[in-house]
Amino acid sequence: MKGFNARGVLAIYRFEMARALRTIWQSLAAPVITTSLYFVVFGGALGSRIQTVDGTDYGAFIVPGLIMLSLLQQSISNGSIGIYFPKFTGTVFELLSAPISSMEMVLGYVGAAATKSMVIGLVILATASFFVDLNIHHPWAVALFLLLTSFAFSLFGFILGIWAKSFEQLNFVPVLVVTPLTFLGGAFYSIDMLPQPWRTVSLFNPVVYLVSGFRWSFFDKGDVDIAISLGFTTGFLAVCLTIIAIIFRTGWRLKN
Amino acid sequence: MDSILSIRGVGKTYSSGHRALESVDLDIARGEIFALLGPNGAGKTTLISIICGIVTPSTGTILVDGHDARHDPREARMRIGLVPQETSVDMFETVWSTVRFSRGLFGKKMDKAYCEQLLKDLTLWDKRDAQIRELSGGMKRRVLIAKALSHEPDILFLDEPTAGVDVSLRRDMWKLVSGLRSRGTTIILTTHYIEEAEEMADRVGVIDKGRLLLVDEKSALMKQLGKREMTLTLQEPLSALPAELAEWNVDLQDEGHRIRYTFDAQAEHTGIPSLLRKLGDLGIGFKDLETEKSSLEDIFVDLVENDR
Repeated sequence: MKGFNARGVLAIYRFEMARALRTIWQSLAAPVITTSLYFVVFGGALGSRIQTVDGTDYGAFIVPGLIMLSLLQQSISNGSIGIYFPKFTGTVFELLSAPISSMEMVLGYVGAAATKSMVIGLVILATASFFVDLNIHHPWAVALFLLLTSFAFSLFGFILGIWAKSFEQLNFVPVLVVTPLTFLGGAFYSIDMLPQPWRTVSLFNPVVYLVSGFRWSFFDKGDVDIAISLGFTTGFLAVCLTIIAIIFRTGWRLKN
Repeated sequence: MDSILSIRGVGKTYSSGHRALESVDLDIARGEIFALLGPNGAGKTTLISIICGIVTPSTGTILVDGHDARHDPREARMRIGLVPQETSVDMFETVWSTVRFSRGLFGKKMDKAYCEQLLKDLTLWDKRDAQIRELSGGMKRRVLIAKALSHEPDILFLDEPTAGVDVSLRRDMWKLVSGLRSRGTTIILTTHYIEEAEEMADRVGVIDKGRLLLVDEKSALMKQLGKREMTLTLQEPLSALPAELAEWNVDLQDEGHRIRYTFDAQAEHTGIPSLLRKLGDLGIGFKDLETEKSSLEDIFVDLVENDR
């Protein structure tokens, strides 16, 4: 489509943000409470035994992983619900008949989903700073990873929302794939602490690269090289963008 | 004809192999009200969905006010508003915000005065801050109409507008449609109620099994509607019509067992008494007489039956 329907993008963005604002306390209270619980359990119980990892206090060490955990979950769920719900209720007809291009639609939905995730990420960061002293080495890298991860996984969620034909399918990937991968992705430990062959196996877990890169931004130390982490994150974003472009060109699961 | 919508060779075969629409050609004149009439599953909704961009056509082209719907979809779609058959609305949104959303989605700057008037016309203004789930079914339908009109489209599609709708909404719908028409909006509605087509439309198209069987002015159809038939079952079969009956429009049917007389019911003199007198004079006796009105429904049923 020629031109750019900025008002259309803004309409979708505002619509999605308004949906989040209606349940603002629930949206924010949940991550704050969960994070606090993680600190009590992991930081308190395990921290007294582990104390430091790679010279970083264990309580601080788990902060990037914790944020990443919520970021992935929130991005996927926000991104998928945004488009799944119109499909489910039938209101998607309006989106499909509107003078709005696929990329404008993605910008509106994914932009809103990513915004929500980033806000939650920052709220968790703020909560964490009540429990531990955080000395962030590369604030810009923190911001960049926050942004890239939120967008990439909101986009991934969006694809999931288009693919899903039922609520079960919608929950399948986040619960059975992403959450286990996050827990096994070095959110609460350094993969260097693992015995072989698990250390090598872990390198096939994509979440390892996200957590490692994010942790590098905080402490200047990661499990894998920062360039690889960054490359992986942008690569994932590019793959999701490509899939989205193909979906819209073919109308897959959206149009007959 | 100054056509605002031009459809050429549009067909649709679903991936299941079901052929929902054969090659349809149709022109819609600017400012007219066009009724697409057909039984359930005839392809009405498929055709509308294709024009609105919800379903991808297998063949054919569509021009909306000169803009190709495939190559220039933004220009084409901006001109179209669609009120779907199902009441699919965002239950948790308020009336006002959902109308504002629709207008924005179609790329139009917010115009509070216009939206206010729109909601007032649809008697939704008092409910503007209510969540849509709190509204009755009829009110939800009004919300859908408000959404479709929010971006001031040139063409409005109403898919089965009065299916399952109460009398007051039906009346309001008529009023709304005539109001829109006087402002120059082109309206295309689908229906399987013939009265609806008769009441509202300038032209009627009959569609069945994915084929457009007939497109005609409603008045031309009404003229056919005015035709009546009288059938006389004779006591003795005739081998040929007597020459004395030539001045009436009669023909012999059923191997001479029946005489059929076709006449204009709206004419001052139907010719029935004189025909019956003449038959008496000729000594042609009959044992049964029946008259029949050919309505739009008959025309419709005829077309659809012949098609099967």
